[in-house]
Amino acid sequence: MGDFGTPGPVIQVRGIRKSYGATVAVSDVSFDVNEGEIFGLIGPNGAGKTTTMECVEGVRRPDGGTISILGLDPFRDVYALQNRIGVQLQQAQLQKRIKVWEALDLWASLYTNAVDGDRLLEQLGLENKRDAWFMTLSGGQKQRLFIALALINDPEVVFLDELTTGLDPQARRAIWELVRGIRERGKTVFMTTHLMEEAERLCDRVAILEHGKIIDIGTPEQLVRRHCPTRTVLLATESAGAEERLRAMPGAATVTRHDARYTLEGQGEDFVTEVIQCLSENRIRVTDFRTVLPNLEDVFLKLTGHSIRD
Amino acid sequence: MLRGLWKLTWLEIKIFLREPLGAFGSIFFPVLVFVVAGRWFSGARVPTAAATRVLSVDLPAFVAVLIALSAVLSLVTIIAIYREGGILRRLRATPLRPQTILTAHVLAKLALTLVTMALMVLASKRYYPIPVHVPLISFAVALLISTWSILSLGFLIASIVPTARFAQPIGAAILYPMLGLCGLFVPLQSLPRGLHALARANPLTYAVSLLGGIWKGEAWSAHLGDVAALVVVFAVCTALAARVFRWE
Repeated sequence: MGDFGTPGPVIQVRGIRKSYGATVAVSDVSFDVNEGEIFGLIGPNGAGKTTTMECVEGVRRPDGGTISILGLDPFRDVYALQNRIGVQLQQAQLQKRIKVWEALDLWASLYTNAVDGDRLLEQLGLENKRDAWFMTLSGGQKQRLFIALALINDPEVVFLDELTTGLDPQARRAIWELVRGIRERGKTVFMTTHLMEEAERLCDRVAILEHGKIIDIGTPEQLVRRHCPTRTVLLATESAGAEERLRAMPGAATVTRHDARYTLEGQGEDFVTEVIQCLSENRIRVTDFRTVLPNLEDVFLKLTGHSIRD
Repeated sequence: MLRGLWKLTWLEIKIFLREPLGAFGSIFFPVLVFVVAGRWFSGARVPTAAATRVLSVDLPAFVAVLIALSAVLSLVTIIAIYREGGILRRLRATPLRPQTILTAHVLAKLALTLVTMALMVLASKRYYPIPVHVPLISFAVALLISTWSILSLGFLIASIVPTARFAQPIGAAILYPMLGLCGLFVPLQSLPRGLHALARANPLTYAVSLLGGIWKGEAWSAHLGDVAALVVVFAVCTALAARVFRWE
């Protein structure tokens, strides 16, 4: 804990390792999660995201290293911890024929503090599924129920493991909205995903994990700036002399031309502005203008040498 | 430790009864066997003494063991499905203690066993060919002890079945042959030495002896050995299952 109202990190992970037999799932992973943020562990399947998360939740014991969450040791104090966290597991199911309200009622009875289950269903748009069997819910509805179960004890930290895997884009967007809502209630969210778009849209900070190691940590913007500073501008112009002017631009690293179409690449935040200035100063008339900004997907490619989907 | 136990037990009973064949298979089927087989034996042209023995002891004991076995088989299947679907994993990530989750299943099965037994006794009053004077409480206790003991074997089987698909057939392939060596169909004394030893290691042998004896009104003191054997089976299977049971 820090001094006088400056909250320290809610989760501190220091040098944890975990192997299953000869397979090393996690080696030397360290990071902090701050209070009130959405922190994302991103990486391809098998990178060690779930193992890391399960160690923090206290359901798995790391072979080495230390973890502190809400001031507790997750493995030793697992029952005290469970009262204060909410968990959504990857690919978990409930009993096929359990009713939605029955699940909430059971969960509510397990914790010292429980919020009103019916209000939770309402907030998650499940109020008319109250009496439905679990097996009759759609994928999105099941995930919303799991979010409800993760929130039933008014937890301080919420764990979401691959929350939107297998959902269609529309359901995915609806779930993202709900996760933002969790943060707005002042809760800390620790999530994993292999979807870069999800991480970019949702996470305040991300840690990129590959082969059980963290490659880098930061806000999505920081990571992009740090690893993929190149900006690309695509434009089309019939103006004579445009090529010459563009090539003369100080910031442009490369200019390639295909008939009337140009591709310009340059470094840094100001590159796009410089291109626009160059065009207006030289009164170059353009018929098309697009910018291509790098994203986390590109960062991942740059750092690991392969796409996350491979 | 007990947090959530009653709620989870009640929930598991309700969920089981919602299964399309759950109630029929494990509650009505053994009772149906009891009544139909009883009628058949009383109608067949077999020597009266033998038929009476079958009707007064063997058939009730057989049906009671069948009730216990169907509870065990259903437990094996449910645990396998729950493990494969990640339901056990999900329940474990709550303040529920692991032993609470498993105890709830045992209690749910014992409750259904009692209901089935009650139906069997009711049916024996109306449809059974010979008059029945079964000491109800004693028989209920005997059936609970037998089922409880064999359920621990169920956890052991549930630990080794690879997937939910194989749970039912593997469970049946292990449990039903045990019926052949429990002294019901072939008297233990007439078995060759090897098989005799096997029958002595078979928990159903003791369950059958206990259930048949109590049904016909024998005293508990005559069956302390059976009870002790069933307790040993429970202790051994539980200790083994605690080592090999897989949650995911």
